[in-house]
Amino acid sequence: MSTGNSTAEPLPPVRDLSALRADFPILNQAVNGHPLVYLDNAATSQKPVAVIEAMDRYYRCDNANVHRGIHELSNRATATMENSRARAARFLNAARSSEVVFTRGTTESINLVAATWGADNLRPGDQILLTEMEHHSNLVPWQLVARRTGAELVFLPVTGDEGLLDLARLDALLTPRVRLFALTHVSNTLGTVNPVAELCERARKVGAVSLVDAAQSAGHLPLDVQAIGCDFLACSGHKLCGPTGIGLLYGRQEQLEAMPPWQGGGEMISSVDFHESRWNVVPHKFEAGTPNIAGSVGLHAAFDYLDAIGRQRIFQHDQELAGYAYERLTTLSGTRVFGPRTGRSGVVSFLLDDVHAHDLVTAADQFGVALRGGHHCNQPLMRKLGVPSTARASFYFYNTRAEVDRLIEVLREIRRFFGG
Amino acid sequence: MFDDLADLYQQVILDHSKSPRNFHRLDPADRTAEGTNPLCGDNITVFLRMDGARIKELSFQGSGCAISKASASIMTESLQGRTLTEVKGLFDQVHDMVTTGKSPASDMGKLAVFAGVHRFPARVKCAILPWHAVLAALEGQVNPVTTE
Repeated sequence: MSTGNSTAEPLPPVRDLSALRADFPILNQAVNGHPLVYLDNAATSQKPVAVIEAMDRYYRCDNANVHRGIHELSNRATATMENSRARAARFLNAARSSEVVFTRGTTESINLVAATWGADNLRPGDQILLTEMEHHSNLVPWQLVARRTGAELVFLPVTGDEGLLDLARLDALLTPRVRLFALTHVSNTLGTVNPVAELCERARKVGAVSLVDAAQSAGHLPLDVQAIGCDFLACSGHKLCGPTGIGLLYGRQEQLEAMPPWQGGGEMISSVDFHESRWNVVPHKFEAGTPNIAGSVGLHAAFDYLDAIGRQRIFQHDQELAGYAYERLTTLSGTRVFGPRTGRSGVVSFLLDDVHAHDLVTAADQFGVALRGGHHCNQPLMRKLGVPSTARASFYFYNTRAEVDRLIEVLREIRRFFGG
Repeated sequence: MFDDLADLYQQVILDHSKSPRNFHRLDPADRTAEGTNPLCGDNITVFLRMDGARIKELSFQGSGCAISKASASIMTESLQGRTLTEVKGLFDQVHDMVTTGKSPASDMGKLAVFAGVHRFPARVKCAILPWHAVLAALEGQVNPVTTE
């Protein structure tokens, strides 16, 4: 019998978010002699037991290669993988499962679109519109394809420390020369939540295709690709309680069908001759080679887990914690906090006096507080903000106000140590 | 509570990071090279004036964390009058010390304050960055060196 999670019952509603900490064994440990305070969720989230056990169960009971197989285990593995795809489509509210391509993550999803759609559709003189707050993964793939095709990159500016997109400039920049508008839903550095539905509609009006980088949003707020109206959307499993090495590319059916395949190999073909081949149907056309089956199982369990909590609740919790952290950080003397004051996601970047972000993060780690310091794969944005790097605290539903208090207490200690 | 931290950030390091020595541009310089650490955005440029094969004057500019700044500052103090071969010898000892924590064979003077870095693997690059830059300058490399 199959013990895969494809038949999992909907989980009961969650009453108390702090009770969920018990689902994350990793959080219950001391680091450098202090209770771990994990505030690096924008880099990767921790994994609940439900996800770890689902993958463990898959390997213990159901593992085989997908498709092509005829035996029982292979059938199970295939059903498991395709169930995960259907679950992913529901998670994103895609109209069809076939609009969901499994990738290694957000970066690979964006590279896939750049390499296939980009190579097929971009001509010299065409423009790709990005924003100044893009992660390198939604910048460098476009630089590569621009170099190959002769297309040109243009950028919607970010204004001030508040870190909002300068929408007043959009009309001037979003001309019919723009073939693609690729933008992040939530900034991994500033915490800004961009009005993606409105922006994708503006893109559509000038005939541009839109791509949303949902790496920081998919596990944190309700996501509906049909309401957003994007042509493409990319996200990663590991930032939303799932395993590393698996992510999604959503693409509208007609876009995916018109695109050439990406990597060649098994699974992506329908027939192969010595000199040419015919491509498999969407989405399999984009999935050469043995996929990350166990990863898809973990992802499925992560979707179930998150939806049992409710993404609207997660977003509210993130916002409450970020708002609380923002307020406490700004009242701590000598801090500079980046990003919008209100309406932000659970990401807060800051600087403390003249303590370099890396020194701050090393020091915080000595108190068990896990932060990130650096340019957050946002080098051009850092230059624009006039700082080499920032420290960043990023929250998830299992973080608490007490952890924010602990962060502030530790920052005071750090300032004392560095003599600020 | 601060024990490990104080082991990494010794007073000498904190002092040099707050008031770096030889922290200016040499113009004109005989040799110059830029070192960057892409991970943290640290960026250090070293300037050298030579007297034959020996370093006559050495300075640096740039932005970085306390470790990289102090390392550059103490390095500029330690390398006056040295040749490329001598700098390479010192580099090897510093590199050994910050990666393994092994006590150096010879008296390293102030450079010994970086011994604590080995317990913080993520920070080894910070301490080593200015050394890469100075070696690149001495060897006449044109492109910026990085620690990646």
